[in-house]
Amino acid sequence: MKQRNLVVVSAGLSQPSSTRLLADQLSAAVVSAAADGDVELTVQVIELRDLAHDIANHLLTGFPPAALKDALDAVAAADALIAVSPIFTASYSGLFKSFFDVLDKDALTGKPVLIAATAGTARHSLALEHALRPLFAYLHAVVVPTSVFAASDDWGADSADGMLRSRITRAASELARELASREPVTVVDPFALTVDFKDLL
Amino acid sequence: MYGVPEDKERVMQFGIFSVSDITTDPTTGVTPTEGQRIQDIVTIAKHAEEVGLDVFALGEHHNEPFFSSSPTTTLAYIAAQTKTLQLSTATTLITTNDPVKIAEDFAMLQHLAGGRVDLMMGRGNTGPVYPWFGKDIRAGIPLAIENYALLHQLWREHVVDWQGKFRTPLQSFTSTPRPLDDVPPFVWHGSIRSPEIAEQAAFYGDGFFANHIFWPASHTQRMIELYRSRFAHYGHGDPDQAIVGLGGQVFMRKNSQDAVKEFRPYFDNAPVYGHGPSLEDFTRETPLTVGSPQQVIDRTLGFRDYVGDYQRQLFLMDHAGLPLKTVLEQLDLLGSEVVPVLRKEFAALKPAHVPDAPTHASLLAAKLENDSKEEVQA
Repeated sequence: MKQRNLVVVSAGLSQPSSTRLLADQLSAAVVSAAADGDVELTVQVIELRDLAHDIANHLLTGFPPAALKDALDAVAAADALIAVSPIFTASYSGLFKSFFDVLDKDALTGKPVLIAATAGTARHSLALEHALRPLFAYLHAVVVPTSVFAASDDWGADSADGMLRSRITRAASELARELASREPVTVVDPFALTVDFKDLL
Repeated sequence: MYGVPEDKERVMQFGIFSVSDITTDPTTGVTPTEGQRIQDIVTIAKHAEEVGLDVFALGEHHNEPFFSSSPTTTLAYIAAQTKTLQLSTATTLITTNDPVKIAEDFAMLQHLAGGRVDLMMGRGNTGPVYPWFGKDIRAGIPLAIENYALLHQLWREHVVDWQGKFRTPLQSFTSTPRPLDDVPPFVWHGSIRSPEIAEQAAFYGDGFFANHIFWPASHTQRMIELYRSRFAHYGHGDPDQAIVGLGGQVFMRKNSQDAVKEFRPYFDNAPVYGHGPSLEDFTRETPLTVGSPQQVIDRTLGFRDYVGDYQRQLFLMDHAGLPLKTVLEQLDLLGSEVVPVLRKEFAALKPAHVPDAPTHASLLAAKLENDSKEEVQA
């Protein structure tokens, strides 16, 4: 089996949060879909709530505190990413956006990404297409066609075989396919110079 | 009372650097006038010499709330009132200044100060400043590379013909005055985060100064490692013979709790990191040390563990609205309790093949030795 790593970024604020619940269902579905394609995934979940102060400090000082640096490095080194935000005021949450603001602008280039969001009502669902997808398109990520939105309705008692489940399965298989078709990610060392100074002169 | 060192004891240089900010004292609400702050910086520089420090370095800024738009004017005035103090910059903007004017200004200062001059190149990171001087911040690195190449040439060749991308060509140009004794001022290249600048310093065999105070030690360590290995790559010596300087930031009182209590409001409202991380977080993440002189000694000696033996340590002391009286007291502590111990400890650890901090005298001696070798060969 090929070994790859999946990083999940969840921007939910309450505990427990439906954002994290969706993130966990998505990552379980991706692990299972990847296994069907002979890829074994290790999963790391990053809860942005735990990094909220560090993210604000990075915005102010220009460098990441140690715990945030570990999270940013993990995202950069991920073979695939699941990014889940609650929808606040018609868009991704400020915390979610701030995390991707402090991420190196090249860290997601060519990386398969599954985007997902939660909100109280289905009326927010297109925020995924109008807000999250352009954000990741700007970062040159490869966003899979199916994005997954879960409103309060979707968490109802009879939802186990409902629409949410089928969207999760479809999105997971799309991400797993992207994963299987790629070589493992290699992270460029910023201190490894690629040019001789004479060429810069 | 401070034990002013003999020349032979100045193996490693210790000093202060100022960014020249005019900041409201958050504990009193008082903002010094430009005039007051400018007089204060002269007092601070003179006191640095009185307490036995080696170096005073001044920043260059072209925007409020900073006053230091013309460092050579200030440094010349200080030079006239000091005897041993090495005058430097932190930094000189190699991007927006005309390299011809840098060559002229600092050669002039070098003559007036009897050789007690070096300078640190920096790019400046304030976007709006570039267009005020007809430049573009997106070309920051190419400007730093081309402008310094010209400056380097102007100080070493009497008549220069030159053409580049960023300024009008030069034909048969001679920069005057020529450097004192035909020895150009020593140049440090300062950078917080750009590997290209470490590479530039290594290429020329110049010094590399890591700002150090705004970023974690692990980052500084990587930058210095890169500079040292490339210094060797370009044939200037072994990696541990490269010339390294570090920034540092301290606030001291005899009793460390007093230091924390007194400095906290200045930290919390400081222009760069204020209203962000806690004093405790920032102390852990960066070299900032707030405590007793002994804590400052221990922390500073620890820098050597991750950058190796180095030549220059500058401390930021006069920022964030700290009143003059406090700054002078800090210099007293630095000069009487901290630096004498650091001098002794660092000197005892340094192997003989690691060069001392460069001075005009050492560069002149090296030049004369080199000239006589060439004569023998001829």
